[in-house]
Amino acid sequence: MAHRWINTLSDTDVTPEVAFLNRRQMIAGAAAGVGLSLMAQRARAETLEPNNWDDITTYNNYYEFGTDKGDPARNARTLTTKPWSVTIDGLVDRPGDYAFDEIMAKMTIEERLYRFRCVEAWSMVVPWNGFELADLLELAGVQSGAKYVAFETVLRPDEMPGVRYPVLDWPYVEGLRLDEALHPLTIMATGIYGRDIPNQNGAPLRLVVPWKYGFKSIKSVVRITLTDKEPPTSWNKANAGEYGFYSNVNPEVSHPRWSQATERQIGGGLFSSRVPTLMFNGYGDEVAGLYAGMDLKKNF
Amino acid sequence: MVQDRINVLARRVPVWAVWLLALAPAVWTFYLGLTGGLGAEPIKALERELGEIALQLVILGLCITPLRRHLGVNLIRFRRAVGLLAFSYVCLHLLVWLVLDVQILAQIWADIVKRPYVTVGFSAFLLMIPLALTSNDLSLRRLGPRWRQLHKLTYGVAVLGAVHFIWLSKGFQIEPLIYLAVILGLLVLRWRPLARIRSA
Repeated sequence: MAHRWINTLSDTDVTPEVAFLNRRQMIAGAAAGVGLSLMAQRARAETLEPNNWDDITTYNNYYEFGTDKGDPARNARTLTTKPWSVTIDGLVDRPGDYAFDEIMAKMTIEERLYRFRCVEAWSMVVPWNGFELADLLELAGVQSGAKYVAFETVLRPDEMPGVRYPVLDWPYVEGLRLDEALHPLTIMATGIYGRDIPNQNGAPLRLVVPWKYGFKSIKSVVRITLTDKEPPTSWNKANAGEYGFYSNVNPEVSHPRWSQATERQIGGGLFSSRVPTLMFNGYGDEVAGLYAGMDLKKNF
Repeated sequence: MVQDRINVLARRVPVWAVWLLALAPAVWTFYLGLTGGLGAEPIKALERELGEIALQLVILGLCITPLRRHLGVNLIRFRRAVGLLAFSYVCLHLLVWLVLDVQILAQIWADIVKRPYVTVGFSAFLLMIPLALTSNDLSLRRLGPRWRQLHKLTYGVAVLGAVHFIWLSKGFQIEPLIYLAVILGLLVLRWRPLARIRSA
């Protein structure tokens, strides 16, 4: 609790959702849509405005519900999220199944306005609600031998049409080094814009690690395991040459098939420009120290 | 016979109607992109839609010979239009990528040279240029038997197009593999021993 991260952005930085909708309607409707969307683009870059609810909840990668960006919003309503529990096991003092409601009763929910950078070179800004992962791990009591944290997404073939195809080796798994997991920027998100997080965004709780590519931020978590070995991670298993364990946002290390130097900010419309990608997605001041002395080209 | 009826019907369809029909999705998709109908990221959606239609038109073009040879359905008078339409869609796809998607000149060149899936897609585009330039009566007459040889480049274009699609996908995805399988199937039908079955 002592290391709580202080958000440099205040509530006044959050544009009310209504204002967003209005602006988008203006952009969509006007013949001068080009000029307007360019203006909007410039404004976005300067003040870090969150994307609107529709962008955040209809443009998703959640391959368990299909590989198209719209598939999760179309298919994820079938996912049962009540009741829900998270198994916390491995090198912890109090292993067991932690009911979601029980966790929520003990956690402090706060808003975190984070940049979200996908490995596919697009990005959003999301006003998450959630709690620090460190607080949840404290609940279970991390033992001194633990070095890594492994995460697992729920796997329910009856509710997840996408898992019929071997796009990835299901269930989806991810992992962090313990110091990354305990970093105050690392949260478990349970809401967006103050509402319950929608299924397509990883209900009822998902990891958010804002300085790493989006796929590290595993959705609909059912298991958290503390271990002393680097855990396997889904995309790394699928293609180790393209997706490393760390997967920190790094404009200088290209994905083998595309550049990571720039990104497309979602919500800019048909005529928006790419913007430069920031090292550690702009969170270098907070997290660069975690990787001091490491060759980030090798440990990509 | 069904094929006779199709052939009679096909003779009544003017070639310009095929152009109009096939270009309509491009106009419609662009309109959707402008008005928010393509979702949160319209550029990629437009780019992908144009690319997929291009690949579908290439496949349609490859269907015309086997349809005539094996089923007696004659759509040969539309083949030039289908080929040129495929090229048009590839041009639009490329244009969206250049003007709306990447925008940065240095990065465009770097992508073409360094990113294998872009290299493959761009090669397919380059191979289509001589095909588009010779898709007219004059070239057909001038080139004679060499015209047929030249236009076998279509086979390479189709395979490169499918490989481009497979290569840009993340994880193991079925759809691009289906495109490649269909294209390889259509090429196998042209393999001499198979092609002779009809005449036997």
